[in-house]
Amino acid sequence: MSDQSYEPSMVLATKTFDVVGTRPVRHDGADKVTGRAIYGADVTLPGLIHGAVLRSPHAHARIKSIDTSKAEAHPQVRAVVTSADIADAGDKTVDLGEGLTRLAFIRNNVLARAKVLYRGHAVAAVAAASVHDALEALNLIEVEYEPLPPVLTAPEAMKEGASLLHDDLTTTELGKPTDKLSNVASHFRHEKGDIEKGFADADLILEKEFDTSTVHQGYIEPHNTTALWNNDGRIQIWTSTQGPFTIRDTTAAILEKPVSQVRVTPTEIGGGFGGKIPVYIDPVAALLSKKSGHPVKIVMSRADVLEGTGPTPGSHIKVKMGVKNDGTMVAAQASLAYEAGAFPGAMVIPASMCVFAAYDIPNVTIDGYDVVVNKPSTAAYRAPGATNAAFATENIVSAMAEKLGVDPLDLRLNNASKKGTRRADGPKFPRIGCVEVLEAMKSHPHYSAPLEGPNRGRGVAIGFWFNAGLPSACNIAVNADGSITLVEGSPDIGGTRTSIAMQAAEVLGLPIENVSPSVVDTDSVGYTAVTGGSRVTFATGLAAIRAARDVRDQMIKRAARIWGVDADTVEFEKGVFISRNGTENRMTFAELAPQLAATGGPIVGRAGVNPPGVGGSFAGNIVDVEIDPETGKVTILRFTAFQDAGKAIHPSYVEGQMQGGSAQGIGWALNEEYFMNPDGKMMNSSLLDYRMPTSLDLPMIDTCIIEVANPGHPFGARGVGEANIIPPPAALAHAIHNAVDIDMRRLPMNPVAVMEAIWQKNGVTD
Amino acid sequence: MATVFIPGSMRDLTGGQAEIEVHGSTVRDIVDELDVAHPGVKDWLVDGNRLKPSLSVAVDGVVSPLGLLQDVEGNSEVHFVAAIAGGC
Repeated sequence: MSDQSYEPSMVLATKTFDVVGTRPVRHDGADKVTGRAIYGADVTLPGLIHGAVLRSPHAHARIKSIDTSKAEAHPQVRAVVTSADIADAGDKTVDLGEGLTRLAFIRNNVLARAKVLYRGHAVAAVAAASVHDALEALNLIEVEYEPLPPVLTAPEAMKEGASLLHDDLTTTELGKPTDKLSNVASHFRHEKGDIEKGFADADLILEKEFDTSTVHQGYIEPHNTTALWNNDGRIQIWTSTQGPFTIRDTTAAILEKPVSQVRVTPTEIGGGFGGKIPVYIDPVAALLSKKSGHPVKIVMSRADVLEGTGPTPGSHIKVKMGVKNDGTMVAAQASLAYEAGAFPGAMVIPASMCVFAAYDIPNVTIDGYDVVVNKPSTAAYRAPGATNAAFATENIVSAMAEKLGVDPLDLRLNNASKKGTRRADGPKFPRIGCVEVLEAMKSHPHYSAPLEGPNRGRGVAIGFWFNAGLPSACNIAVNADGSITLVEGSPDIGGTRTSIAMQAAEVLGLPIENVSPSVVDTDSVGYTAVTGGSRVTFATGLAAIRAARDVRDQMIKRAARIWGVDADTVEFEKGVFISRNGTENRMTFAELAPQLAATGGPIVGRAGVNPPGVGGSFAGNIVDVEIDPETGKVTILRFTAFQDAGKAIHPSYVEGQMQGGSAQGIGWALNEEYFMNPDGKMMNSSLLDYRMPTSLDLPMIDTCIIEVANPGHPFGARGVGEANIIPPPAALAHAIHNAVDIDMRRLPMNPVAVMEAIWQKNGVTD
Repeated sequence: MATVFIPGSMRDLTGGQAEIEVHGSTVRDIVDELDVAHPGVKDWLVDGNRLKPSLSVAVDGVVSPLGLLQDVEGNSEVHFVAAIAGGC
């Protein structure tokens, strides 16, 4: 690649197709740019009233009493609900598609019972004629609390004698239940090789500790829902979600309804990044609707979103790595303590699967701790857990390279995971693109470009995310004009209507304009798991491919019937049916489509998949920074993002994911944090104070797509939505180190943190 | 025979063995056979007629959505790993 001239957007393609790999205009583009797309806040129904949620002012307290009588007496109030309106879940567990979860945890997060576990925890809700009436009535609800001391970080919560969040939470220790009441929900371990021997073989051992702050996904559209509890007992919900079937199943479980009695329509979604998978207000709105007899809409404020929904875990990480003088990594050890927030479920398992995934190291031990703290119950956020982990690992890898006097990319290349490398959690990697990503980084013009001037530095880092498969369904109907309608159940966050439609178009030899994709409600398509895990273009795309093949095979039979030939003699090439049985017959898809009614009736193709063959994705960054030594401000001079897409179905959308993930990773690195006071109150719960990067803070994020085909997908696609957020904090820390010789081990690396590190380096103590 | 890699947290059931060779043509066969030699393994892995929802099985490096129904070859590697998805 070194002989190529510089391009801001490179696609290192290895295979080309007719539709896949092109850049058509997205199907929902016109509606989005003209304001006609229907978002949750746009939903209105006859008799609609409005809900609001009362939230805890305490981070940790017992609820001694709730008196709603004054609110109920408000003339505009139609209903008030508390946890008393939901059945006690007891020890019941539910499987919502991502493992067993105690229903009580989900239910008690929706409306607190007995205790509030974080400031912003929902306590009660009101429905009234207007939002203003509902908010006014919240002030009439009297809650008596007994405040308790909060614990706000994993190390604090893990101490002996720490204030306990749950009266019945005991530690599962290395897979075995214990009787020990604790804030540590579980401790697990992955082991590979002999860690002691590994460190004994090492010539250089580095060990450091790292802390990362709680950060939010920062989707611009707040959570919203409209629910109607119909007179026949059926519940309809219109909501902004990444998982309509998850909302359906969770709401049904909480309200003790069969799933068939709940219908969820996903509206357009203004960002999610993992944060719009859990359920918060949908069952509450449904209960208010049941009590009031009206459809009820709830729209969160920004403070509600930041204080009452799931951010990503803060963490305390220890990493120790050993390397030989020849650059061979021989041992790696990690302790990952992740904050779950109020209920167990920190993203520490995926963190453990990613922390050393980029490297082929023979001796590894990884300990993970899932720790509850008095913060909102955490949710997924783009490669959940992996960014924290890579911040630690990549710091040490770069420091090793510096001490060994070798190029940091060469050290990574010399130890890079490849097909057959055994991961610390057990399985061997299938075909992956770690080496190719590193090679692209090393040969990119950015890496060899001069970087001159004081207080400037260049950094590099890589990261891995394994991606997901999970169930998806798709139906395709053929229209008489030769077009098809494609129905799927994956909410479209990043252009997936089009990336899925393109895969069907490729199979059927159609122009993309002849595919009309729709995301529909839970009664109108087969079960489809969440838009998460970078799975939609892979798994729902695979469903679309198979549905399109089903259409193709049915149409071949129709063509054969028309021509009076055996269907086995009919072939399909780029949208044309051809029979070469003696005389050659040819008919295009568009010519056959209007003849379906007369040859047997409409054709509908369908497929349901739960695919193996998921392809993990590696991402890397090269970043140049300049530090202002007087203020600590970090200015990004140049940023290039690299990622293995397998096959970029729609390269522009892949680039968009890479740029979006990079921007979020930069915000996580340099500015964002839940700034908590000692009482557990978030002091920056507005977008003015919770400082996400804006376009003015960022340079152009150049991209380089690497294509190492995933053998588990017909076009080679890998998920691309997540791995891109992993390397930015580590790459920026490396660049800052190279600029001003400080070692940043805490996120965010904001001006205060940078100045403190500079002062410490210079021996300034005051 | 397939090679089953025993998770660290399950090794007290296998006398500390980390790798066990087992006959079987499906993951279900393998779990049943393991449970004969090492009682308690099935309870650890299986809930009713399927893998516990918190677990997935990877055969030859590929996580299988079929769980206990997944076919296993004679030289396959079988791992029981955490079942998780992701965020975006």
